[in-house]
Amino acid sequence: MRVQEGEKAPPVFRLSMLLNDKRYRSMTIQTVALIGFMLLIAWLISNTLQNLNALGKDVNFSFLNQPSSYDINQRLIEYDSRSSHLRASIVGLLNTLLVAVLGCTLATIVGVVIGVLRLSKNWVVARLMTIYVEVFRNVPVLLWIVFFMAILIGTLPKPRDFRGEDATASMMFGDSVALTNRGIYVPEPLFSNSLGNLSVFGWFGISIDLVLLLLVLFAGIFAARRVRRRAMRVQSETGKLPRTWPLRIALIVVPPLVVLYYLGFHLGYPVLKGFNFSGGVYMRNSLIALWLALSFYTAAFIAEIVRAGISAVSKGQTEAAFSLGIRPGLTMSLVILPQALRIIIPPLISQFLNLTKNSSLAIAVGYMDVTGTLGGITLNQTGRELETILLLMLCYLFISLSVSAVLNWYNGRVKLKER
Amino acid sequence: MRLKSLIAATTVVGLSAGMSVAATLDDVKAKGFIQCGVNTGLVGFAAPDADGKWDGFDVDYCRALAAAIFGDPDAVKFTPTTGKTRFTALASGEIDVLARNTTWTFSRDVDLKFTFVGINYYDGQGFMTHESLGINSATELDGATVCIQTGTTTELNLADYFRANGMSYEPVPIETNAEAREQFFAEACDVYTTDRSGLAATRATAEDPNALVVLPEIISKEPLGPLVRHGDDQWADIARWVLNALIIAEEKGITQANAKSMMGSTNDPEVARLLGTEGEYGAMIGLSADWALHAIEARGNYGEIFDRHIGPDTAIALQRGENALYTEGGLLYAPPFR
Repeated sequence: MRVQEGEKAPPVFRLSMLLNDKRYRSMTIQTVALIGFMLLIAWLISNTLQNLNALGKDVNFSFLNQPSSYDINQRLIEYDSRSSHLRASIVGLLNTLLVAVLGCTLATIVGVVIGVLRLSKNWVVARLMTIYVEVFRNVPVLLWIVFFMAILIGTLPKPRDFRGEDATASMMFGDSVALTNRGIYVPEPLFSNSLGNLSVFGWFGISIDLVLLLLVLFAGIFAARRVRRRAMRVQSETGKLPRTWPLRIALIVVPPLVVLYYLGFHLGYPVLKGFNFSGGVYMRNSLIALWLALSFYTAAFIAEIVRAGISAVSKGQTEAAFSLGIRPGLTMSLVILPQALRIIIPPLISQFLNLTKNSSLAIAVGYMDVTGTLGGITLNQTGRELETILLLMLCYLFISLSVSAVLNWYNGRVKLKER
Repeated sequence: MRLKSLIAATTVVGLSAGMSVAATLDDVKAKGFIQCGVNTGLVGFAAPDADGKWDGFDVDYCRALAAAIFGDPDAVKFTPTTGKTRFTALASGEIDVLARNTTWTFSRDVDLKFTFVGINYYDGQGFMTHESLGINSATELDGATVCIQTGTTTELNLADYFRANGMSYEPVPIETNAEAREQFFAEACDVYTTDRSGLAATRATAEDPNALVVLPEIISKEPLGPLVRHGDDQWADIARWVLNALIIAEEKGITQANAKSMMGSTNDPEVARLLGTEGEYGAMIGLSADWALHAIEARGNYGEIFDRHIGPDTAIALQRGENALYTEGGLLYAPPFR
């Protein structure tokens, strides 16, 4: 037992004081509890190892370098059945991230709209939004996923229906978009003077065209903000706000257009060929069903958070803003929302985390996320339950902690600065 | 003092948890029933009937096993397992035996630490497609969307087959046969691939079986059989010899109906040994002398079970083919009972 080393050590220290003396008792209890906890963990680990040993199994991660031998339909990086299990896991991880990012974005948009509309003075609109929230958040998300999938499979036409003289289905938007019961095909961006791919450690390639476009776009936005700031300075000095919006829009829009022109941008349309459409971007049923179900489900919760956040801002704030002559739109964006955000952000983080974790239900519709590859097929083909589940837990932990770190940083920026 | 007792208690618990590997037969006898892992629903092999009672080719093997141990074919608890959950269920002891159209492979036998006790169905992977697509051969499947049960050997065979033939495909991974049917019947996939017996079973349950064709290619060997955990040879022996007993019974003409009368009347020493009127074979395996009699009386011999569930007279209409006795040109060959 440690004795507190300090200035005011009692003149005589007896062992019994650890229990009887108020100054030490809490420390004694905490130490014992800590040791007990460590013993429990140690026991769990040794028990696991012992039982694995009894089964003749060991803990070994070398299976990650073996060829996976299975195919994955949706892959954001190069992958085939000769690639390693590790690569299969990364393909799955990227699919998880894709549906999480798409889901969080759509859920936020839908959630904010529904949340604001629920406060509407229009009785019908407010009630409709209430129905939406209650229906979506009171049915398990797994059912929503399966339901959306069943709708997509059951109602949309088969690729075969698009064929022949008397086709029963046709493509939309001037033969550019095909809705089938296997997914949606939309035109894809193609570059005739493409700059090729940038290889990252030989692991995967990043399109240089895309990087260039993003760079030009961000540079444009940066320049536009500089212009805006200068205009504000002029306003504070002279009281007149110079008209800069045409220049700012031009700064953002024109450079990417020039780049697109030089790269020879054109659209690749999907065409029915053999069994399926080919060309174009193929959004699989499984992705769409999972994305929509997760988004609409989580949006119901976000709507409630937004409503709570807005309601929590005192009515006096609105009245004060109105009395200063600020218009309702500006009142919302300049007065109410900044204050509401402080309340909205923290619970919003946990909704984003929920959505990300709920995406592990993907296998219900055959979407190959990291649970489907690493925690599904790889686990099954290699029989390494402990190792794969541990890795899987690490993956989700990593994603969740990253999401929460980013949002906490944002929360720190918008929260009330107290001095 | 308190700490010491905590350590002591923890050690005791740890030790007892570490030594939980016991003889499966004793556990089963203590429970009063066996736990058998079967398919979540594949008509003919394992599916609940109209009364909710499990029925099928694999189910009857479990019933024979239960009858051999308890004399009661109903002393079984069936656990539906998916392609993904089956091995974990067996390894963790949730089930005692797995009879779920499971292919015997090297890595499952050696690396996953299971013991396959025999082969009750010689199968091969095939493709089923919609007749209206006008496909006659699997080599015409380039670019097709293929529904496949995830966590199976068929998933790996499929990848190998298309790769070896330089064709591309779009896999649609699916958890259970029921979901596969839904997607395949709605033509969300062009092709459904699994063992040919499974294809026949799925086809039999379609609204219009004639609108579906099974392509001629067989792209793999799929020897299906029951399996148990590594490390309990007595239990594996029981599971193996119940299967063998059913096959020997067919060979010797012992049926569900005549088993009891043959017991008294037979002149064939092997039949007498099998039915327990000669020798101490029951005691050797740890069961009663008439264990094989009970197993055969439960649901009949191998041929009877086959004909009842998947044979030519059923909706699934599978021919015996490789699954005929070796004496009739098939591959079924049980070691001698002596």
